[in-house]
Amino acid sequence: MKRIITATVQNRSGVLNRITGMLNKRQFNIESITVGASETEGVSKMTFVVEVNDDQKLEQLTKQLNKQIDVLKVSDITDQAIVARELALVKVVGSGQLRSEIQGIISPFRASIIDVSKDNLTIQVTGKPEKVDALIALLRPYGIKELARTGVIAFLRGQQPSQVTEINSVFPM
Amino acid sequence: MKVEAKTEMTVVQDVETGADLLIQSLIDENVDTIFGYPGGAVLPIYDALYRKKAAFDHILTRHEQGSIHAAEGYARTTGKPGVVFATSGPGATNLITGITDAMMDSLPLVIFTGQVSSSVVGTDAFQESDVMGITTPITKYNYQIKELSELPRIVKEAFHIATTGRPGPVVVDIPKNISQEITTGEYDQTMHLPGYQPTELPNPLQITKLAEAIEQAKRPLVLAGAGVLFADASAELKQFVERYELPITTTLLGLGSYPGSSPLSLGMAGMHGNYAANMAIYECDLLINIGARFDDRLTGSLQHFAPQAKVAHIDIDPAEIGKNVETVIPVVADAKEALKALLKKTIQIPEHGRWHETLQNNKEQYPLWYEQPDQYISPQRLIQQIHRVTKGEAIVTTDVGQHQMWAAQYYTLDNPHRWVTSGGLGTMGFGFPAAIGAQIGSPEELVVSIVGDAGFQMTCQELSVVKDRNLPVKVIILNNEALGMVRQWQDKFYDKRYSESILTANPDFVKLAESYGIRGVRVDREEDVATTLEDIFSYDGPVVADFRVCQQENVYPMIAPGKGSHEMIGVKK
Repeated sequence: MKRIITATVQNRSGVLNRITGMLNKRQFNIESITVGASETEGVSKMTFVVEVNDDQKLEQLTKQLNKQIDVLKVSDITDQAIVARELALVKVVGSGQLRSEIQGIISPFRASIIDVSKDNLTIQVTGKPEKVDALIALLRPYGIKELARTGVIAFLRGQQPSQVTEINSVFPM
Repeated sequence: MKVEAKTEMTVVQDVETGADLLIQSLIDENVDTIFGYPGGAVLPIYDALYRKKAAFDHILTRHEQGSIHAAEGYARTTGKPGVVFATSGPGATNLITGITDAMMDSLPLVIFTGQVSSSVVGTDAFQESDVMGITTPITKYNYQIKELSELPRIVKEAFHIATTGRPGPVVVDIPKNISQEITTGEYDQTMHLPGYQPTELPNPLQITKLAEAIEQAKRPLVLAGAGVLFADASAELKQFVERYELPITTTLLGLGSYPGSSPLSLGMAGMHGNYAANMAIYECDLLINIGARFDDRLTGSLQHFAPQAKVAHIDIDPAEIGKNVETVIPVVADAKEALKALLKKTIQIPEHGRWHETLQNNKEQYPLWYEQPDQYISPQRLIQQIHRVTKGEAIVTTDVGQHQMWAAQYYTLDNPHRWVTSGGLGTMGFGFPAAIGAQIGSPEELVVSIVGDAGFQMTCQELSVVKDRNLPVKVIILNNEALGMVRQWQDKFYDKRYSESILTANPDFVKLAESYGIRGVRVDREEDVATTLEDIFSYDGPVVADFRVCQQENVYPMIAPGKGSHEMIGVKK
């Protein structure tokens, strides 16, 4: 199962190395990692997209992250209301007629052309990874010359849906 | 402070440098012993050490690996952090085995490595190595000092991290220009570790759950690991176990946490543990793990591990709980605090007569055994005799292999902090330098280093230190002219193809010892063992004793690789 995990970390030298080294050593399957500044100075925000097989492995992942001295907080936000975005830059072959055709394809994705040259154009798309995947699949037949993705960044929505208590629940929380 | 402009080679006299600041920081941490080896990048630090000589005892080992294993032995027996100095490049890389060993066995070490000057870091300078990169996966934490002003804070944090929570090694890498830099005034020492707050007090709800589980259990069992020793919780453990008459087994590293000769003790569990202990794990319905990490050498095949048991696990490291064995009652806490909380509970336990009977029966029917011919020295009987002569009160350090398992099996420990062995990493060459550290940490105690002929040769250059300091360490070599445990596995699992495991050209260990100015003895015959041991242990000084033991002897009983704890082989003669 795919999980989105966020961590806030002390921005000290070597922190990324320490975390990726741990993930590698303990054989966690990482799809993407992003790291960048957060709202607090000296604190960075990391977002991991991981593929884990079971809850035990997932629990280990969050515990091992939490164990790192520089890690302040770890959250598995997959099952909550979140905003998640990724940015991709795609350079495709295209000139003349093709340009307007490509323009037609990308517009429903609210993607934009940010660079044009004689034989190719560069498209910028932002959104959930599935949307980015879909656009890339559509562009592939035109010939993708270069592709770069940032990986997902995500956090909780401002408002979470209110907790639903199941009527038949034996142990209401 | 008025300071003349100084070039790199100027001899520092009265001014305070980064190196002086380091030494002062160590004094502030109450460090009294440093194990180390000088070199180019730590010259300023060693100079500061020289100038402030009275402040420390510096033990000059003959190889950096000797320093770090000595520091491990020191930390294990005294409970204080072991401090190590080494230079950059090869000095630092020679420490790697020991740092990894300390990481695996949770030993509190603070290691200071020199580094080339900041201006040339990253240029492949002479004796530069990427200490941060290399030590990141094998340390609890590591630092490279970038500014002199950070030094006092970093040293303070390093000691704090190494010694609190689950202990572990911390490396501090100090570029040469930092240790040479002239200090300017006071620096802020306030620690800043917002992401590091080990949980020491148990959650009361979990303690209640555990108490209830104990009330319901028909076949309870306590498993004690090194966490009990780090928490210094032996007294609480004894009280807890004896109040409720709970049978108890220990891990290899937990030996001594509870008196091994007590009737409730089943001895060590695991690959070469006692049959009764392993069967107790297999049959118990409640397993209370206190400070052990369910290592594979303890559990055997996880599929067959404690299959009927509800597992409770007390550990200060939450990441250990549920890592290998599914745990119903997790208790994240210091072992002492958890036991204290448990002792405050009133627990009504049912009668466990039949359970005790089963365990007692296993103990009596399947005790440890070995062949006892007269024509050669039996290694197991030798350990038993060492135990008798030393009244079971020595600090015992071991290397890794057959002799280690025999020492664990036959040197029954009744007291904590007297067992020094490399458990997780299984480091050959560990035992002898660890004994040096243990002896320096406890000068009044009898320290016995039980080693094999192969492992001893990995670090025997430290005999120089023993001579230099006249440390009365007794080195007992169980010499079978082989890599005994490798030979045993080849014997059992590789159809007796003894590939590269027989040592055909050992040194004369007596002459080796004598060349260092140390007394050496050699014993070939069983009938000389007892008198020689009496002689060695009444001798006031270091001894290297070469006991020629039977090469064919194997360690039993044994859980074969991939098998469960109920499938031991070699249980009976």
